[in-house]
Amino acid sequence: MSFFEAKNISIRFGGIRALELVNFDVKKGEVFSIIGPNGAGKTTIFNCINRYYDLDEGAFIFNEKDISRVRPHVVANLGIARTFQNIELFRRMTVVDNLLLGRHRRRRSNLFAEALFTGFVRKQEIENREKAEDIIDFLDLQAYRDQIIENLPYGVQKTVEIGRALAMEPELLLLDEPSSGMTLEETEELSFWITDIKEELGITILMVEHNMKFIKEISDRTMAMSFGEVITQGTTAEVLEHPEVLKAYLGEEDAFTEN
Amino acid sequence: MRFVMKKKYYEDIRLFKYRSTFFWYLALVTGCLTIPIALDDYFISILTFICIYAVGALGLMLLAGFTGQVSMGHAAFFAIGSYTAAIITTKGGPLLLAIPAAGILAGLMGIIIGLPVLRLSGLYLSIATIALAFIVEEILVRWESLTRGNLGIYVESPSIGPLEFSSGISLYYLSFVVLIIVILLAKNILRSPTGRAMIAIRDSEVAAQAMGISLPKFKTTAFAISAFFTGIAGALYTYKISFINPESFTLLLSIEFLAMIIIGGLGSVHGAIFGAIFFVVLPNAIILTKDYLPKFVRDQTGLEAALFGLMIILFILFEPMGLYGRWLKIKYYFETFPLYKKDTFKREKSYQKVERQ
Ligand SMILES: Nc1ncnc2c1ncn2[C@@H]1O[C@H](COP(=O)(O)OP(=O)(O)OP(=O)(O)O)[C@@H](O)[C@H]1O
Ligand SMILES: [Mg+2]
Repeated sequence: MSFFEAKNISIRFGGIRALELVNFDVKKGEVFSIIGPNGAGKTTIFNCINRYYDLDEGAFIFNEKDISRVRPHVVANLGIARTFQNIELFRRMTVVDNLLLGRHRRRRSNLFAEALFTGFVRKQEIENREKAEDIIDFLDLQAYRDQIIENLPYGVQKTVEIGRALAMEPELLLLDEPSSGMTLEETEELSFWITDIKEELGITILMVEHNMKFIKEISDRTMAMSFGEVITQGTTAEVLEHPEVLKAYLGEEDAFTEN
Repeated sequence: MRFVMKKKYYEDIRLFKYRSTFFWYLALVTGCLTIPIALDDYFISILTFICIYAVGALGLMLLAGFTGQVSMGHAAFFAIGSYTAAIITTKGGPLLLAIPAAGILAGLMGIIIGLPVLRLSGLYLSIATIALAFIVEEILVRWESLTRGNLGIYVESPSIGPLEFSSGISLYYLSFVVLIIVILLAKNILRSPTGRAMIAIRDSEVAAQAMGISLPKFKTTAFAISAFFTGIAGALYTYKISFINPESFTLLLSIEFLAMIIIGGLGSVHGAIFGAIFFVVLPNAIILTKDYLPKFVRDQTGLEAALFGLMIILFILFEPMGLYGRWLKIKYYFETFPLYKKDTFKREKSYQKVERQ
């Protein structure tokens, strides 16, 4: 039984077949990437996992549990964290507060204890802050700790979003184009962090990416898609050399020469 | 400016970040407790109303200002609190039962009504809550065996044991203590996971769900807390004016509460208090200064309502952060006195403007 599995998933938006009988599985502890030209349906897979959209067909199996009918917040509570292609941070809050929100699924207090701010709630808050502080250190965010998100540069915001997902202490982390909009330097750092997340924190990563060099560096296995269908999947090296993949990217050669 | 070093995490979760802040608030509370002794009934009455409306405004602030769910029907919860307190007191029930009961009943109604209504958002939610307020008003008129319909209910002064709240000042102290308790409860909730979840829902529902926050659960919770506070305000109101009938709880009251939190500054506890002060003081200020106004202005009917409307428009246009935002700027100006830069808050402002388009 695999750790995470998409079984024959399909979804249609009006006439568009955004996903058509897609199958893949992610093994515990690996980095699995999804590549494909614009509009291939990559983000749609994430949105279906998060239950923002209902699948027309198929199912997602996570830790042997069918998660394709649960309510959206349950997905997070089962241990799946994510980042968004267009950054969905709480823009008017500070970096720390965003990280603390990542701790929400660890909440053990109830409203009445919170209203009285009992010793238990205080202890829980201190734990949450310790965890947030760990993440700030891990991702080098000390300089931005108390700043409001909307005043931060794009690359830093993307990092904070990863931090917020890590604060959830997930088992599976979904990253939607983590390197897009980042500078070369930031991308470099990112590939170290992702390796650390995988190796030190033991978190499995499912990632959508366009940057081929980046994928070569950190991805164990890769799946290529086009127009909602899987072209091929396998080890990253195999997939990136597959003739159909090269064809799908025709006219987008710069995707491969990009550094 | 002070720089806060992170030595202990506990520093972050304290109610007062700096020792000096604590002493300022202590001084304020002491002032509120002692100065009224020297004031006449008229001013004590003004202070009492400020406390009462501040409790209600704080209730609506948690829902509209912190959770982003704009209710235009809060008069309903205020009414439920008022009638609960009135009925319990006329039946001889103790005050210490009546006030919490008023809050709890309003809170329960908040849950019952909140569950279906909170599936709606934005304008639809507002309209559904207006409908709710009309229904409650209608029930108050029709359920004569309980509410005496349009005749209304007279309430004698309540008491706790031998302590009778008959004089203006004792009722002021009661309202003030309730206000302090309610502020502390709100502050505690806001620095806990529930409060953060509420603010998260306001800022991005999509991201909130990705954090594991259940939208129905926390929207309903916010509705319940909000209704609870507003119900308590309603109970205090009953004791203050000692006569209530359905006409005290119209749509206008709901709108006045909204006006309070907008003028005070959405999304801050201070805002609710400032808004209540403004709301109570403005009409009184108009009355006091009426004699000095030119005759043609003085004789206009609806002067207060017009001024109030004008203030709301001015605030939305020029100070979206409300009175509290203005206060922050003044405070910042003095704290950084020689270094103050004119455009410090510019960014914030332009963002707020864009957001409303
Ligand atoms: N909510 C929606 N309603 C209608 N169509 C949608 C919706 N979401 C996605 N689509 C369509 O589904 C297809 C796949 O979109 P998706 O966002 O998954 O692409 P993607 O692979 O992430 O592309 P990109 O690389 O540009 O991010 C597109 O044709 C898109 O227009
Ligand atoms: Mg996408």
